Amino acid sequence: MKLLLTGGEVVDPANKVRGRFDLLIEDGKITKVGKDIRADGAKILDVSGKIISPGLIDMHVHLREPGFEYKETIETGTRAALAGGVTTVACMPNTEPVIDNAAVVELVISKAKSEGVINVLPIASITKGAKGEEVSELGSLAKSGAIAFSDDAAPVMNAELMRRAMEYASQFDLPVITHCEDKNMTLDGVMNESFTSTVLGLRGMPDIAESIMAYRNIEIANYTGAKVHIAHVSCKATVDVIRWAKKTGLNVTCETAPHYFTLTDEAVKSYDTNTKMNPPLRTKEDVEAVIEGLVDGTIDCIATDHAPHGRIDKEVEFNTASFGIIGLETLLPLAITELVITKRLTLEQAIEKLSVRPAAILGIKKGSLKIGEDADITVFDMENEYAVDTSKFFSKSKNSPFNGRKLKGEISAVIVGGTLKFKDGKIL
Amino acid sequence: MPFKRKHLIGLEDLTPEEIKSLLDTAEAFKSISNRQVKKVPSLRGRTVVNLFFENSTRTRTSFELAAKRLSADVINFSVSTSSVSKGETLIDTARTIEALESDMVVVRHSCSGVPLLLSNVLRSSIINAGDGMHEHPTQGLLDMLTIRDKKKKIEGLKVVISGDIAHSRVARSNIYGLTKMGAKVTLVGPPTLLPKDIDRLDVKVENDLRHAVKDADVIYMLRIQLERQKRSLFPSIREYSMFFGLDESVLKLAKPDAMVMHPGPMNRGVEISPEVADCKQSVINDQVTNGIAARMAVLFLLAGGEANEIAAYGG
Repeated sequence: MKLLLTGGEVVDPANKVRGRFDLLIEDGKITKVGKDIRADGAKILDVSGKIISPGLIDMHVHLREPGFEYKETIETGTRAALAGGVTTVACMPNTEPVIDNAAVVELVISKAKSEGVINVLPIASITKGAKGEEVSELGSLAKSGAIAFSDDAAPVMNAELMRRAMEYASQFDLPVITHCEDKNMTLDGVMNESFTSTVLGLRGMPDIAESIMAYRNIEIANYTGAKVHIAHVSCKATVDVIRWAKKTGLNVTCETAPHYFTLTDEAVKSYDTNTKMNPPLRTKEDVEAVIEGLVDGTIDCIATDHAPHGRIDKEVEFNTASFGIIGLETLLPLAITELVITKRLTLEQAIEKLSVRPAAILGIKKGSLKIGEDADITVFDMENEYAVDTSKFFSKSKNSPFNGRKLKGEISAVIVGGTLKFKDGKIL
Repeated sequence: MPFKRKHLIGLEDLTPEEIKSLLDTAEAFKSISNRQVKKVPSLRGRTVVNLFFENSTRTRTSFELAAKRLSADVINFSVSTSSVSKGETLIDTARTIEALESDMVVVRHSCSGVPLLLSNVLRSSIINAGDGMHEHPTQGLLDMLTIRDKKKKIEGLKVVISGDIAHSRVARSNIYGLTKMGAKVTLVGPPTLLPKDIDRLDVKVENDLRHAVKDADVIYMLRIQLERQKRSLFPSIREYSMFFGLDESVLKLAKPDAMVMHPGPMNRGVEISPEVADCKQSVINDQVTNGIAARMAVLFLLAGGEANEIAAYGG
């Protein structure tokens, strides 16, 4: 089984390669990258004028299965990822039951094999039931295939427990991903605490509730030798803490999500529940700081925090609506439109943050177009502008604030493990 | 008279002309309220639904009376939030109400943004009767009506609003309304009850009530909710009352003819002393009376009424 991509521009920052090259795939691996490749019997995929990138890796996704299949399933979530050019996802453990034991890890892996269309790497909860009371069986979880540990949206509030959890986790060399939020400070907040929350009469969550916990987690990680990864950095205060930590030589990696470099809390003014997420949309200064963090390398990567919710979760009062938005199908276009077209990041830098760095943080051999690597490849268009239409999304949920937004960076084709699985808007 | 709106969600997006038009119309209705026959036929055949998700006998009664004086049919619909949580959503409830062929829905809800949400999904006119900590526009209007009655103007007056600004929809509507009409507004409270960046709203912000009331024409005291203490927003009722309670010694520091206002219900002896609540300068009962005329004006203008129509009733 041979597949030859012709006419495209290969952008492979992991190997510092950029240019108009053909790319040959044989038996699921990349076997040749070069000019005018001739390959007898190869199926030809003409990608003239398009960008050929390593498949995107989204390390923060909620697939909702098991337990919340009305929001998303492994099947629909991975199809949404595929359509968004994402060939590998790490999925969060806040399912029902929680991914806190080997059996659930194995269930997710086996379902992903039978029903999924891309690579799925389960993240296991660091405490049992993600309750923040007792450390999970991290060894068994690691052995069964967990790629990282996290309690995600239920942050471990007890610093001593977090210290022991990280200390114990450090022997497995897997990252501990932390959603940073001091729950005592955010209480029943529903948006960023700011002038906008004052005007809207909505309870605010201050940015320092995030940065304080980021600082705590970095300190604990460095005290214990754990690998800490700060999830969805949303504000200047946290960017500053992480920048300082990196300068000081402390070990920390982090991600942000497209909405944090695209939208401000003024988007909440319509009380549209698709602008409600946690951490919340912040101010203009925060958006600028997040972009600066991406530019100077403080922020390692971009992940979606894809959080599908059904209509019953979102078509309600702002206060009662669930936190979170979907993001897989707008990830790359938002990065291209908001960061690359605006010349804040080069295309290589953007692909580093969408593929190369997440692969390195998760410790997987992906994110590269080198000969011999897995042929996970995303092909996209930089020129054509299109309007986002959530009704055409593959995700089971439609809770996106970007419906109707005009973007560039539309996905043209996606290859997973050497197989062409998505082309021109259709899953093959 | 420019008033072409379908909904009244808040005073934030009204123009000064629109507010003036509402106040002038309310003024005209006030004289009708003083007659023996207090009813006009303006809304005959229309249905006004009071959809209250939060208990409020005062506001609901005031709206009910206002609608009845305009000859509308009135339905009161109180929904406890517990029955809403049994699978029926807010939008389901509102659609059910609208299926009764309502023309105007007066809505009160503990969540900010609900009236705006309903205005997007229902055909009826939506009137905000208080949403969460967001706005209470008819309260703002009746307060301005009361001030204009006594002081014959709003422009240039020094108005002090004191208390729990952070959680108060009454404060927000008054800030928007009064500043648009040219008053100088000073907000007073401990930092914990002043919301983030409130000073960006063209108001002065102070922590010292005694200092703030100097030269005040109007002192507007907000109700302090006692449960705020549990959230460490103030250390004790005693201390709150000591620093932010309006008693005669504080009132003396304002202009001699300063008006004392309160949206009710009062915590006598906490934010306001009984002596001040009942003193000559207090207009707290006038506020309640003016509420009917202010709400008549809102219902009337949103239903497309013209001001000269009221003149025809002899108003």
